[in-house]
Amino acid sequence: MCLGIPGQIVAVTDPERMLAMAEISGVKREVNVAPVATGPLQDLVGKWTLIHVGFAMALIDEDEAEATLQALHDLGEAQAELDAMAAAEAAQEGRE
Amino acid sequence: MRYAEEFRDPKAAKALLAGIDAVAGEIGATRDNSVRIMEICGGHTHAIFRYGLDKLVHEGIEFIHGPGCPVCVLPMARVDDCIEIAEKDGVIFTTFGDAMRVPGTRRSLLQAKADGADIRMVYSPLDALELARRNPEREVVFFGLGFETTTPSTALSIQAAAREGIANFSVFCTHITVPPPIRALLDDPHMVLDGFVGPGHVSMVIGIHAYDFIAEEYGKPIVVAGFEPTDLLQSVLMVLRQLRDGRAEVENQYARVVPEHGNPVSLAAIADVYEPRPSFEWRGLGEIDESGLRIRDSYAAFDAEKKFGIGYGAGPAAADLPEGCSCGAVMSGRMKPVHCPQFGRGCTPESPLGALMVSSEGACAAYYQYGGARAAAE
Ligand code: SF4
Repeated sequence: MCLGIPGQIVAVTDPERMLAMAEISGVKREVNVAPVATGPLQDLVGKWTLIHVGFAMALIDEDEAEATLQALHDLGEAQAELDAMAAAEAAQEGRE
Repeated sequence: MRYAEEFRDPKAAKALLAGIDAVAGEIGATRDNSVRIMEICGGHTHAIFRYGLDKLVHEGIEFIHGPGCPVCVLPMARVDDCIEIAEKDGVIFTTFGDAMRVPGTRRSLLQAKADGADIRMVYSPLDALELARRNPEREVVFFGLGFETTTPSTALSIQAAAREGIANFSVFCTHITVPPPIRALLDDPHMVLDGFVGPGHVSMVIGIHAYDFIAEEYGKPIVVAGFEPTDLLQSVLMVLRQLRDGRAEVENQYARVVPEHGNPVSLAAIADVYEPRPSFEWRGLGEIDESGLRIRDSYAAFDAEKKFGIGYGAGPAAADLPEGCSCGAVMSGRMKPVHCPQFGRGCTPESPLGALMVSSEGACAAYYQYGGARAAAE
């Protein structure tokens, strides 16, 4: 929860709510990009970000994304983040 | 335990270890006269154990594990309050998974869920907001937990709820801040610390100047660090060099992610939605001045404390820690986890007695997971 996970922004989905689709270790998840939106949202597409509990908190480069993901795998935290995202989908339907 | 050969960049790791050896030698650090460096962040604690860094570095360096795991310092009474809200009619109580197993005075959220309360694990407060949109007839409460890294997420969610008029959404705010407990530890006469490894992701939000007081008022070095093994080793080396040179500064080893002045959007959202509480209880550490946040009156409609009449400190006084639990002593660096009488006996990750055993970022859980054999040897 505190370490976050790198993800690449692939599309802007809801500019009014500052939402964009991110690809995180092969999983697509809508995230809020307000903290990193310094210019037009469209400019974020293709960029790597550090995502904490569904919010893109910092822009990082691709090497940093890779190194961070490696460290998260080592720590077992990458899977924990992905599991939490899956659990959240189940929570929407009230099935857990 | 791992060896430097197995790191992503073994050459860099070895060079850093050699550098640490040299400077530790220069300043005369020994096992009995060690340099005590506190890593504040629970993520760093986890990484130090996972990579065995405490055993790889010079024997005169001692890591003291700080209070930077939000789940570990969650007061028991606060868990009880969560359960009380979750069991009210019509409530959907949402939380990060990390908080589910933290023991309250009688039950954890997981046990309350098994008893029938509608408690759901979510990944993000955005999920809680979405639940509120989809279930207008229910009250959706999000358990806002964590340090400055997660605080912006709930602040931005509350702002969104206000903008969109989502009246059935509220946050039970238990956000805490990093600098006040560091000050409290530095003011503790029993605590002898030589320097700090500062949290990376918290600093990404608040910037590095939030720690100026550590260098200026207390004369201690602090280096903000990333959590790869080479980041941590480099940060330790930077702390040692400051000690050798008689400097006390705030340095930024993680500048590739941490901007000097933090993240302006996040800081603005926090300031708009939250204000400091006069004091807040840290499990194992007690009450610390201005260390917790509450929702400002301007967002009272989204404050679960007001909505459900469960204010902080309104209930019975802080619950006592369970019998034999030494979480407080461990958290302030006065005791090693293995020396707690409950460690591995009454308290294991499967059935935690103390909060430091709950999260992988807690010192006791990290010891238990990675330190079994060597813990027994200590
Ligand atoms: S072993 Fe358990 S009870 Fe003892 S200090 Fe650690 S978490 Fe607390």
